[in-house]
Amino acid sequence: MTPKAPTTAGATTPVNGRRGRRDAIGRVLAALNALAGTRFLDRSGLRKPAQRVMFEATRTGFRTLGAASRSFKAVQRFGKPERLPDAPRKDLFDLTPSDEQQMIQETVREFAAEQLRPAAADADSSCTPPDGLPGQAAEMGVTLVGIPESAGGIGTEQSVVTSTLVAEAMAHGDMGLAVACLAPSAVSTALSLWGDEEQQAAYLPSFTGDNVPAAALAVCEPRPLFDPFALSTRARRSGGGFVLDGVKSLVPRAGDAELFVVAADLDGTGPSLFLVESSTPGVSVEADPSMGLRGASMGRLVLENVQLQPTALLGGGDAEVYRDCIRRSRLAWCALAVGTAQAVQDYVIPYVNERVAFGEPVSHRQGVAFKVADIGTELEGMRLLTYRAASRAEQGRSFAREVALARTQCAEKGMAIGSDGVQLLGGHGFVKEHPVERWYRDLRAVGVAEGVVLV
Amino acid sequence: MINLEVPKKFTGLVNQAQQAAAEFFRPNSRKYDSAEHTYPTEIDMLASVLDGLNEAGEGSGASGVRRASEKSDGSTRNGGNLSTVLGTIEMCWGDVGLLLSMPRQGLGNAAIASVANDEQAERFAGKWAAMAITEPECGSDSAAIRTTATRDGDHYVLNGNKIFVTSGERADVVVVWATLDPERGRAAIKSFVVDRNTPGFELVRLEHKLGIRASDTAEFRLDNVRVHKDNLLGSPEIDTERGFAGVMQTFDNTRPLVAAMAVGVAKAALEETRAVLAEAGVEPDHDRPANSQHAAAATLLKLEADWESAYLLTLEAAWMADNSQPNSLQASMAKAKAGRVGTDITLKCVELCGTLGYSENSLLEKWGRDAKILDIFEGTQQIQQLVVARRLLGKSSKQLR
Repeated sequence: MTPKAPTTAGATTPVNGRRGRRDAIGRVLAALNALAGTRFLDRSGLRKPAQRVMFEATRTGFRTLGAASRSFKAVQRFGKPERLPDAPRKDLFDLTPSDEQQMIQETVREFAAEQLRPAAADADSSCTPPDGLPGQAAEMGVTLVGIPESAGGIGTEQSVVTSTLVAEAMAHGDMGLAVACLAPSAVSTALSLWGDEEQQAAYLPSFTGDNVPAAALAVCEPRPLFDPFALSTRARRSGGGFVLDGVKSLVPRAGDAELFVVAADLDGTGPSLFLVESSTPGVSVEADPSMGLRGASMGRLVLENVQLQPTALLGGGDAEVYRDCIRRSRLAWCALAVGTAQAVQDYVIPYVNERVAFGEPVSHRQGVAFKVADIGTELEGMRLLTYRAASRAEQGRSFAREVALARTQCAEKGMAIGSDGVQLLGGHGFVKEHPVERWYRDLRAVGVAEGVVLV
Repeated sequence: MINLEVPKKFTGLVNQAQQAAAEFFRPNSRKYDSAEHTYPTEIDMLASVLDGLNEAGEGSGASGVRRASEKSDGSTRNGGNLSTVLGTIEMCWGDVGLLLSMPRQGLGNAAIASVANDEQAERFAGKWAAMAITEPECGSDSAAIRTTATRDGDHYVLNGNKIFVTSGERADVVVVWATLDPERGRAAIKSFVVDRNTPGFELVRLEHKLGIRASDTAEFRLDNVRVHKDNLLGSPEIDTERGFAGVMQTFDNTRPLVAAMAVGVAKAALEETRAVLAEAGVEPDHDRPANSQHAAAATLLKLEADWESAYLLTLEAAWMADNSQPNSLQASMAKAKAGRVGTDITLKCVELCGTLGYSENSLLEKWGRDAKILDIFEGTQQIQQLVVARRLLGKSSKQLR
């Protein structure tokens, strides 16, 4: 059996640690509640046949098989794995993006403003990205920068800064939809960075073609104090291949994904990455709608006795590869935090300038104005921390420290900016007329997420 | 091309500052904290060595902040502002009070470097210049300055009181802010280079302070002090269009410097605390989640992240000045962030180290005291927030007071 994820059903534990004992009144209330729920389901036609197979993204607990995956077959063999060389070392301190980067920024910003922002509210309530949106993002080439030219991409060298700028610009539109669009490139980037020639030949062509598959990098697990370096999901060697068991959470577009990169502990030696096709027996997905990032159709990936070929192990199980993966993923989350926090700032400024109280714009009050100043200052700091880590990564310098600091600051200050954003709009910030409450929920993810996106 | 590493050409300068900080400042740090108002004679020697080095190459002093006037050709420049900020961080890792006492490195020197014309820059070269802005009745609201300057032939006659003048006793000249016409507000405020020996320019007393005790803080009375008109920095006209711009421009260059001081002090405290905690068996891991580590390790990570943000904001403000980009916003952001985290970090480090950090046996308690002034002078935290807020919101100082 699968390690069962903790459920929230039943009485919750009060803060003082004493679980309330259910007495006679409680038993009656519980029974009534169950009955009322049943009637409601029947009346509203929500009850569906028990053997439902559709993935219902807005509700927790429904489990279904993984999406039918295409057949990933090598068309052409590479002689050796295709890798992007490090970008050349730069000497001067410089904060100006290159002309090419500015052009890409412009394009993605436009895409985010025209495609993501207007679709964000609906995607948030339906827990699904609009039809074809991830495909449009793929057509724009967001996936291709991380794939070497020789393997069908457009990358000529490590371009972590460019990918960071892309993620930032996307998240300015909407973080959930940005994650939905960027999730496949986490997998293709992983293949480009760590795949061997066979893995690249089998999977990369799908990511450079017309019909880019949904794919997901699954690292998180549903338990408190989750540590990506101490995983519960187990892989054991068996008959030359591997067998995987466990539950992964925060898996974007889980119901559609055809290919997963799954983090699992290999025979107690530490975490490794495995390529898992969605139609492999034992793979199922559960919808896991969460506080935010709802446009990314988050789910859980349940692995029960999943048998994999020897070729499924990514990066040879090297501990450094895994560390690199965790760091690059955290960096991508920092970029998303910067983009979303910028959205908050850009939204709040005109609001506090236009909103009048006591006869003048609320922004004329220091209590309001100083919060805006702090948002601006902390956001600029978050951005610089993120850019420093990104530029070190692409130049092949160590960046563990810089990513850790960027993530610490982006998680804390990003959340503070989300909270202040709602606060500055007052009651209007709390209702869905304005996007600020969504950004508040999305920004909480930055301190929680591991995996999912990669630069 | 985005790159946030310090260029190789500054390695020598940073190393020079590190050596000076480690060999001259640290060994004398406690001595002059205890003996307030005693002239730190050791740094005279250091100052002349540094002067020699500065002449030979790019300097690390406040004299290096002269704004690049040549038009940029589109390529990025790493120049005097960035190198000065880097040197300041290292020196203040040694001792911020002693850096403020460095001959010829005063904030007045920065003002001269920023706004003096070429003739003045040459004439005041090699002078140690203090800065006198604050008055008993006016601090952050520098437009309310009451010290007056009245034209009399080729001279101005200055009258008023000035407090909190850093290095006022030791400097050769003091840059005094005074108004040509109290009725005409900010635009009438000008800065004058006043020789310390001018008749009527009287040192009233020296302050006893919470921190930076190695640095003297003077009060002056100006009683009919005659200053030649050529000692007025910037334009003598009262230009209401440009308003305060002339004198305020100084701040765009000096605020990143004060931010750098806070970054330097906080760096010292973080390094010391990391070493103390490592001896106690607590070492932060940059890969593992903070919540799975020792609470002290998690705290260190948080402090280091705040520090890094302040450090990069400071570098950004200096880099913009080097590249002739308007940097008021970024200078104030750097000062705001560095000022507040400088205090947070040094005080938290004392807490993490317990009585070991609280005792005068270590310098941690001293850094906790020194850091506070850096969130006050050259514009308090609240003034920086005002500047940043006005810029972001597009508000004037009349609308957002």
